[in-house]
Amino acid sequence: MLQALADLLVYRLLVIHPGTELGSSLDFFFYDTVKIFLLLTVIIFVVAVIRSFFPPERARRLLGNKREYVGNLLASLLGIVTPFCSCSAVPLFIGFIESGLPLGVTFSFLISSPTVNEVALIMLWGLFGWDIALLYVATGVILAFIGGIVIGKLKLEHLVEDYVYKIKVGDREEVVLTWRERFEYARDYTKDILKRVWLFVIIGIGLGALIHGYAPIDFIVKYAGPGNPFAVIIAVLIAIPLYSNAAGTIPIVQALVGKGMPLGTALAFMMAVVAISTPEMIILRKVIKPKMIAIFVGIITVAIIFIGYLFNFVFVHHLLGA
Amino acid sequence: MDIEVLGTGCIKCKKLEENVRSAVAELRIEASVTKVEDIAKIMEHGVMSTPGVVIDGVVKSEGRIPSQQEIKNWLQGK
Repeated sequence: MLQALADLLVYRLLVIHPGTELGSSLDFFFYDTVKIFLLLTVIIFVVAVIRSFFPPERARRLLGNKREYVGNLLASLLGIVTPFCSCSAVPLFIGFIESGLPLGVTFSFLISSPTVNEVALIMLWGLFGWDIALLYVATGVILAFIGGIVIGKLKLEHLVEDYVYKIKVGDREEVVLTWRERFEYARDYTKDILKRVWLFVIIGIGLGALIHGYAPIDFIVKYAGPGNPFAVIIAVLIAIPLYSNAAGTIPIVQALVGKGMPLGTALAFMMAVVAISTPEMIILRKVIKPKMIAIFVGIITVAIIFIGYLFNFVFVHHLLGA
Repeated sequence: MDIEVLGTGCIKCKKLEENVRSAVAELRIEASVTKVEDIAKIMEHGVMSTPGVVIDGVVKSEGRIPSQQEIKNWLQGK
């Protein structure tokens, strides 16, 4: 129905001929913008209501005195549902460490929480389909699980700022929200996110639409296609400083995939955009030493690059086998 | 009445502090409003997601900006 609406607007009302570059770009732009904004509004609201049941305090209790492996897995999964904003990263980190949770388990949470976020998920679902969105979630959880285990094994406790270990977290009853308060929270949360991403979404879809309509079919194949062995590494390195534009980068990546960018390269790029965020690193600097930030970023970067190559390898063989 | 607004200085925390102050002014209640920015003091209340509101030592909300009406209800002891 949305497609029909976009077609009507572009081809009938604006009288642009179907099949022209301008027509195809505009049609793509209107259809995707409306679809993504509908999805964003509805799904973020639903996700926020679910999230209101999983405050960080509950995550802390659920993780209890979980050790490695089980703890890493649970933390990676809780990272999906627990609301996270980088301004709360410090109290969350201290709360986890103070409760006796191993550093590696805490990091599994800190990797999963921003990586598997609803905005990236909606953009992937809307533009690539649910199978790719699910693949992304699974990959994000595995990345958080393994990243946390590696950090745990490295025994980096001495790289946590000393004052963190001295803080005592108070005990108290959990604040239970009424349904009304949950809906109000969800409404504010949705407004907040939409306000933050709308411009990036429009710019991203706009650029994606231009690529879709104007770029030659094989233009990506030349630079970032399967023929370039360094494509994944370059894609990830470009992505690291792009944080907060997750909403804007996914439509561009989708258009690039349409022009021949391999899926693994695309996934690695998107994951690097959200998983490694400069603002979060600056905030984490308050609780961990610079060396640990470097190790953290290093591990995530290498893991994402590996994931990118793995997917490219699997999909190429999948295609050859089919 | 002793009101503490917990927050490390993010935008949401400032908004919450404004809301609390205007609710206090509107109801003409005798209350002290303090902004707590020290992380150790915030954690003493067991709050892991900011911003938070603590009234007379009891955590009323955390990780969200409560509505003006909600704040007024707390101030009036409802």
